[in-house]
Amino acid sequence: MIWVDTIIQGILLGGLYALFAAGLSLVFGIMRLVNLAHGDLIILASYLILILVTATGMNPFVAAIVAAPVLFALGWLLQRFVLNRTLGDDILPPLLVTFGLSIVLQNALLEGFSADSQRISLGALETASVSVGSLSFGVIPLLTFASAIGVILGLNQLFYRTGIGRAFRATSDDATTASLMGIRPNRVFATATGIAMIVVTISALYLGTRANFDPSIGPARLIYAFEAVIIGGLGSLWGTLAGGVIIGVAQTLGAAINPEWQILAGHVAFLVVLLVRPRGLFPRGND
Amino acid sequence: MALLETQALTANYGDFQALFGVDITLERGETVAIIGANGAGKTTLMRSLSGVLQNAPEQIQHKGTPVGALPADTIMKRGIAMVPEGRRLFRSLSVEENLVIGGQHKGGADFGDRLDSLIARITGAPDPALLAGGHDGQGYWTLDTIYELFPILRERRHTPGTALSGGQQQMVAIGRALMSNPDVLLCDEISLGLAPVVIKDIYAALPKIKETGASVIVVEQDIGQAMRVADRVYCMMEGRVTLSGRSSEISREAIHEAYFGATA
Amino acid sequence: MSTYTVTTRTPASTVFGLCAVIVTGLLVVAPAIVGRGMIQDLFFILTMLTLAQFWNLLAGYGGLVSVGQQAFVGMGAYALFGAVILLGLDPVAAILVSGIAALILAVPTAYFAFRLQGAYFAIGTWVIAEVTRLSIAQWKAVGGGTGTSLPRSAMREMWGVEAIETLLGVRSSAARDILAYWLALALAVATIAGIYWLLRTKRGLALAAVRDNAEAAKSVGVDASRMKWIVFLVSAFGTGLAGGLIYLQKARISPDAAFSVTDWTAYVIFIVVIGGIGTIEGPIIGVLIFFLLQSLLADFGSWYLMILGLIGIAIMLFAPRGLWGLLSERTGLHLFPIRRRLTGGRFSDKET
Repeated sequence: MIWVDTIIQGILLGGLYALFAAGLSLVFGIMRLVNLAHGDLIILASYLILILVTATGMNPFVAAIVAAPVLFALGWLLQRFVLNRTLGDDILPPLLVTFGLSIVLQNALLEGFSADSQRISLGALETASVSVGSLSFGVIPLLTFASAIGVILGLNQLFYRTGIGRAFRATSDDATTASLMGIRPNRVFATATGIAMIVVTISALYLGTRANFDPSIGPARLIYAFEAVIIGGLGSLWGTLAGGVIIGVAQTLGAAINPEWQILAGHVAFLVVLLVRPRGLFPRGND
Repeated sequence: MALLETQALTANYGDFQALFGVDITLERGETVAIIGANGAGKTTLMRSLSGVLQNAPEQIQHKGTPVGALPADTIMKRGIAMVPEGRRLFRSLSVEENLVIGGQHKGGADFGDRLDSLIARITGAPDPALLAGGHDGQGYWTLDTIYELFPILRERRHTPGTALSGGQQQMVAIGRALMSNPDVLLCDEISLGLAPVVIKDIYAALPKIKETGASVIVVEQDIGQAMRVADRVYCMMEGRVTLSGRSSEISREAIHEAYFGATA
Repeated sequence: MSTYTVTTRTPASTVFGLCAVIVTGLLVVAPAIVGRGMIQDLFFILTMLTLAQFWNLLAGYGGLVSVGQQAFVGMGAYALFGAVILLGLDPVAAILVSGIAALILAVPTAYFAFRLQGAYFAIGTWVIAEVTRLSIAQWKAVGGGTGTSLPRSAMREMWGVEAIETLLGVRSSAARDILAYWLALALAVATIAGIYWLLRTKRGLALAAVRDNAEAAKSVGVDASRMKWIVFLVSAFGTGLAGGLIYLQKARISPDAAFSVTDWTAYVIFIVVIGGIGTIEGPIIGVLIFFLLQSLLADFGSWYLMILGLIGIAIMLFAPRGLWGLLSERTGLHLFPIRRRLTGGRFSDKET
């Protein structure tokens, strides 16, 4: 029974990783850009929510709603004025610029908030749980997982049911021809990064309420996100959820055997999938 | 004032110069054909006219406005639509979505343009949105009228664009360009790689397109086809216009000479 | 002159070659002239230069942007500690074990990471570095997660230390620094010479062809994937040697320090980007600027890294070929000419 419980915890943890991965996957899918600062942007968003909560005493969920447009704007500006300049055939500029950004963000946060661990308090909700039979689920992990499904459903609707989604897909297929349709690819990219930052805000809310965070933990979140994306198969959002779940379950199982093995077990699961299915579990077309 | 004209248009790809002072004009209601061998600069000319390639502003005039340096999306919003060489349908969009996206951003400055013009006002750059105005994108062409023109597309509207035959893909590409109700339609090599009977079907749509008010520039390899559909013809060689005139008044010999260079 | 000759040499490179010999000579005798602090600084500069040259070989010439080079620094360092502590090897001899251990680790790393394209390759190497760090932290014989020190006896009896003590009349601890410094100098010179040689061979030309256009290179018979393997393994070996040497001098190790992405990859990337990626001169300039910035700003802690990051971003956006790229564009200067040029005959070589 303890194993069932462990696996369920792992699945729910996978929801958090899927949230991390969805933003990364969205941006990569549209402009083939891998943002090495993705993890640090999540941490930045967590601090923003924390500031709002401590300064105004508002509920963290409300704070996330307030933070989302701010982070959308930040992502939009970042893409429009910095990252768009790096796009092209050469993979070096986007990698090195986002890597630089990661270092800058980490140290700016360190300067602003010190290395102390922080946590966004949710009060009684933190420890609340629901019981089904002999199993008990934390409300926050359940909410995280539900949000991951919600985000993926929402992004799929956006992609396949709206004009902006059509423009996203067209630009991803062929940016030059898209421009002949009145689409400015650079603006589409800016909007896409803005939307990714809204997903980042949602990830940040759960990251900050589930556990302690400090300025240094961004890169590790980037790695989990990346592992989930690769396991799922590039470009598949539902695959990303599966990838997140695999990492989550591997981590909780590893931790159940030996607490020191938690992170290692997640990485090993990733390497095994990479070995057996190099294109991921749900590869799409010729991405 | 001509609808669209180029004045001493030059274009480069890096160090390679592809156009050397090209002058062409398109009057309202006209169909003009550009002919010439491979490498004559026809596609470069079309890429310049559609804004894919940037030129000096005054080298291309649309309704008297210098538009040579405008990006492709602004050119399209001004009412110049392009059917690109090789059709280039969006592979992750269905036939209907390919058509819809052609009309999605038509007609003047949108939110992005207005935001850009705000940024331009702050930074003191020339306002790109101001140059997009004038064309409202309204007119005869809608999804329904495109399906009337090419009925086969209605049947196949939910299939991915790239799953169609070459001729049907070409119909989608033309329909996609018409969705913005352009006043200038640029068609780059629309018969390339298609069977003669299919080409005939495609060109059969041209009179209807003209009837709705669009003026047309076609690039053609097939001289006979070009002479049949066009009011006037420009022949290009090595980045220059070597012959121009009314299709009815040009002799085969003159074309041959302009096409291949001076006969030996 | 009526015959053509193909040469890579330029007049500037000949003059520079002489200067390089003189500078190297000065560096060799430096321990007799300057104090211990200076020797430690020079050791730091030389080892960072070596790491930067190998990362540049990977990313600048091979197009393989690795963010996981700390795997090979850490692996090399731990191999050295393992060989000294567990096998009783002399620390100097153990440096070779460092290189070999890194080389061995590079084989599975490449096997996994080469399955990932472009940007994902970068994060893939990072994952492997993390896996290595977490695994090493489980290795209790070398201190597990908290790390360990080199045994005093091994340090005292290290090859060459006694000879240096008598030769320069210094204490044992200073002699160890000087020994490490000479080894670092030898490694840096060998690295630069080796990479320069590699780039001038047929293999090196093939490498440039792969970087510029993989498809075209394939069509003229260049085996791109073999070139990638060679570059990756060579870089891992060299990075491992440097890692062993760095921790020989530090004499104290922990997994977090030896596998630090900031110290062994971020700094190295900034050195190469600021100096000029894809040139041998770039990392040399980059490491000097890096050292200067560090001396000026190290007291400001996180501000220092922030400024370094911002400079890196600015260079990448506005001068992607780095400071050396700017300089050589302006002056046409090439100190390590790689391009073959036709001279003699009717065409005299005016531009240089």
